[in-house]
Amino acid sequence: MNRVYMDSTTAMPVRPEVLEVMLPYFTVHYGNPSSIHEDGKMPRMAMDDARGHVAGLIGASPEEVVFTSGATESINLALKGALYAGREGRKGIVITAVDHRAVTATAASMERKGYFLRELAVDHYGKARLDSAMDLLTKDISILSVPFASGEVGTHQPLKELASLAHDVGALVHVDLTMSALMEPFDVRSFDIDLATLSSADLMGPRGVGALYVRKGVRIEHLLSGGGHERGLRSGSENVPGIVGMGEASRIARERMGTDPPMVLSLRDGLISGLTQIEDSYLNGHPTDRLPQNANIRFQYIEGESMLLLLDLNGISVASGSACAQKNLEPSKTLISMGLKHEEAHGSLQFSLSPYTTKADTGRVLDVMPGIVEELRKLSPLTGR
Amino acid sequence: MARLEYSKKVLEHFTNPRNVGEMKDADSVGTVGNPVCGDMMELSIKVTDDRIADIRFRTFGCASAIATTSMLTEIVKGKTLKEAEELKWDDVVSNLDGLPPVKVHCSLLAVEGLKIALYNYYKKRGIDRPDLAPKETEAEHVHSDEGPSCV
Repeated sequence: MNRVYMDSTTAMPVRPEVLEVMLPYFTVHYGNPSSIHEDGKMPRMAMDDARGHVAGLIGASPEEVVFTSGATESINLALKGALYAGREGRKGIVITAVDHRAVTATAASMERKGYFLRELAVDHYGKARLDSAMDLLTKDISILSVPFASGEVGTHQPLKELASLAHDVGALVHVDLTMSALMEPFDVRSFDIDLATLSSADLMGPRGVGALYVRKGVRIEHLLSGGGHERGLRSGSENVPGIVGMGEASRIARERMGTDPPMVLSLRDGLISGLTQIEDSYLNGHPTDRLPQNANIRFQYIEGESMLLLLDLNGISVASGSACAQKNLEPSKTLISMGLKHEEAHGSLQFSLSPYTTKADTGRVLDVMPGIVEELRKLSPLTGR
Repeated sequence: MARLEYSKKVLEHFTNPRNVGEMKDADSVGTVGNPVCGDMMELSIKVTDDRIADIRFRTFGCASAIATTSMLTEIVKGKTLKEAEELKWDDVVSNLDGLPPVKVHCSLLAVEGLKIALYNYYKKRGIDRPDLAPKETEAEHVHSDEGPSCV
């Protein structure tokens, strides 16, 4: 029996057509794009094409795209780069309570270096609150970082409003597009964004490559010193096959923006509707204003790792917000910041779909989940309390 | 992450837990843990002639918590109260062929629950057994602005 993969937030396959265009850049066109001689020409041209495709996906100019090793590096470069650039002595960084750990950990490391950190509160859907933004965005803030949508519960963030509030006090705006770029059209100009993080792996491209959009005229400090690649913002010989793959993945994502997301959304809505029909089971996050691929459900009285494991034994892969499924034994910060009780966070599962998800996949989940919930509730001392 | 790190025995007890449920005519019940921390357990015992004649459990928790409690009920069923008092966490976990290190925390409750059930049993009969009394750190999780302390 084929496994059902519903953990696309954690990893996704590389599209075979993406892998195919990458391969020659390992073995045939292996030259260094910085070389003036003939062997540097093909890699250089391929990188230019890739930069154009990545820029095209988010409405940027190719020269505004800096290739990195992935979303984590892009986020580090954006946040640390902005603070290190000084910017009229501004020392503050504002993030949200639903950011990915790459953002929260980067911000916390800067706090330890003497910068100050503020966190926007979110409402019970996981949406950043504008009143909190008005309070926290002051003239000493250097940068605001916000995800396009919470990766965990899927709720979209009020990006235009937040960007406007941040710009009113002269702060830069960084948006994390890692979770949304494959499924949500985005335009850096219409959202008035200064910095944006993209991950190749989350576009169904190869891992180990990502990009940071740096708006023309925005000055940030580089983190890696060396040969001055990527306009001096990211030294190190370029990962040409990876960049070619990210370019192709971006091109395909843009081409399929009108077809894949509506299909995924329809399957996802069927999944939410079926799972919330199970007694005492509820959707986490906003019912409609959310990422098309995300369904985050809490099943009362039972614990996430137990559910995850029983699903796994039934051939289904999902993620859990439970402490027991994490190495650090902490429940999901996102769910707690939304006001969920700890036991509700422990009992939440994240189902994330991809363009490869089928109706048979969601059907399998809906077939087995009620039985799993019933079995675990029989075991639970909380049931019916 | 978890599946491959669990032994076959843990998975077997997790998927087919023994002695599950409430016991209407229990002689004593031990409750331990806190749902806030992701694990809570209730253990009921029926005692005949100083032996654990029957035992039932219910657990809110991960596979490790469920399997450990299930194994514990198998081990102590039919044992004398004295033998049950002497049961150690190691005895339960070695019968499960071990646990992943990160899961040890989740498995401690089972033995603690049994001790509390025995403590309550003796208490009802006017016998104080401070050695079996609930540990404060387990029974009352400390709450603060940072959330509960669950370790």
